Amino acid sequence: MNVLVDRFDVFAGGFWLTLQICILAGIGALLIGTIMAVLRISPVAPLRAVGTAYVTVFRNVPLTVVLFFSAFGLPALGSNARFLDVPGLNVVFSRLGTDLPYFRFAVLGLCLYTGAFVCEALRSGVNAVAPGQAEAARAIGLTFTQSLRYVILPQAWKSAVVPLGSVIIAMIKNSALAGFFGVVGDLSQTADSLVSADGLPLIPVFIGISIGYLIMTVPLGILLDRVERRVATR
Amino acid sequence: MTTTSSGQPLIVMDRVNKHFGSLHVLRDVDLTVDRGEVVVVIGPSGSGKSTLCRSINRLEPIDSGEIRFDGQPLPAEGRALARLRSEVGMVFQSFNLFAHRTVLENVMLGPVKVRKEKPAAVRERALALLERVGIANQADKYPAQLSGGQQQRAAIARALAMQPKAMLFDEPTSALDPEMVGEVLDVMTSLAADGMTMIVVTHEMGFARHAANRVVFMADGQLVEQAPPAEFFTNPRSDRAKDFLSKILTH
Repeated sequence: MNVLVDRFDVFAGGFWLTLQICILAGIGALLIGTIMAVLRISPVAPLRAVGTAYVTVFRNVPLTVVLFFSAFGLPALGSNARFLDVPGLNVVFSRLGTDLPYFRFAVLGLCLYTGAFVCEALRSGVNAVAPGQAEAARAIGLTFTQSLRYVILPQAWKSAVVPLGSVIIAMIKNSALAGFFGVVGDLSQTADSLVSADGLPLIPVFIGISIGYLIMTVPLGILLDRVERRVATR
Repeated sequence: MTTTSSGQPLIVMDRVNKHFGSLHVLRDVDLTVDRGEVVVVIGPSGSGKSTLCRSINRLEPIDSGEIRFDGQPLPAEGRALARLRSEVGMVFQSFNLFAHRTVLENVMLGPVKVRKEKPAAVRERALALLERVGIANQADKYPAQLSGGQQQRAAIARALAMQPKAMLFDEPTSALDPEMVGEVLDVMTSLAADGMTMIVVTHEMGFARHAANRVVFMADGQLVEQAPPAEFFTNPRSDRAKDFLSKILTH
């Protein structure tokens, strides 16, 4: 088991990179999911259709396929996902700015995929808000966007927070696939290279990697329980 | 009390029809409500009273006919419709206070977000309104902490905060425990006395008798009969109205 101690820096590096992927993809997925959820509940039929189409595609295609298209389809179309190299953001997340685009591809694939699930979690929260709330909002003259912003969404969060947490935890674990689509140095690719390239014993390495994922998912789960209890008592 | 109406129409419904699937809920409804008039709509359940009330601010779109408010046909949707709704206060059977906001925030939301008024000024007005409906001391509580009667009075204050030209009441006391009906009706009676234009769907015959200028009796989606309350309750003309009154007034 002294692999964990001897190679601690490698594990720590893998953890940090996976954490970066998850933070970026998480933010992206929440943004995409919120936009899609608003589209899906909008009063305009074509917008609803766009939201529905998005969810249908990304919820039903395996993540491996989404990442495959992201990592090999985008370059074939001539894109290196450079638009993710956002000034400022690339200071903290330095991999966004590197020439090797696989970090960006992984973030993109993961947030496109997870966005569909975020959308549905939010929508279930919106459906849980009593219909009278929306009627009252309209009756005092709030527009559709205003009633979403000031009345519906703040209440939808309460019932969405638990499914949303599950979606994000699933996303953290899904990020392990990124190591198989060109990302070098995240937790899963680290495990692969420690075992097959450096010839280290499999079981301790995988225990180390598992601990890395648990450090991200378990506190998140505890935090979500807290949040849930807090919003429930209000 | 019979505050006389002004003779200037504020709400005009012209041959209005509405279906829910195969159910014809509003049949050629013609109704004119003058400025300052208090119209009470009564009738058996399923007669279309609530739908009539809700169609006036287009919470229920109609299939045919026309509704005009203050001289203008109701806008179909969008910002124009939102503006119209801000001029028509609505009070629901189930209160529908915004559950995540305090009573005061409920009352302030419309003026601040719809009318873009200054929060400080709105706050003063909102507190005065809460004072008027008798729940100023509940201003910082959340709706779930209030009794039904208090919630409904808060909902009336929320509607009044928009300084509406008319108020719609959709069975405002039907979800209340009996001992709380009075406090809500008192607020409504004082509003009527102040000259507010009101359409009230209710089963409270006492309120209809003393606060209404006119009683409208509906059955099967039609306006069967309309008359001043004294005349309607003592001398109903239609058989449907006689039948309805005999059922509710005998005990």
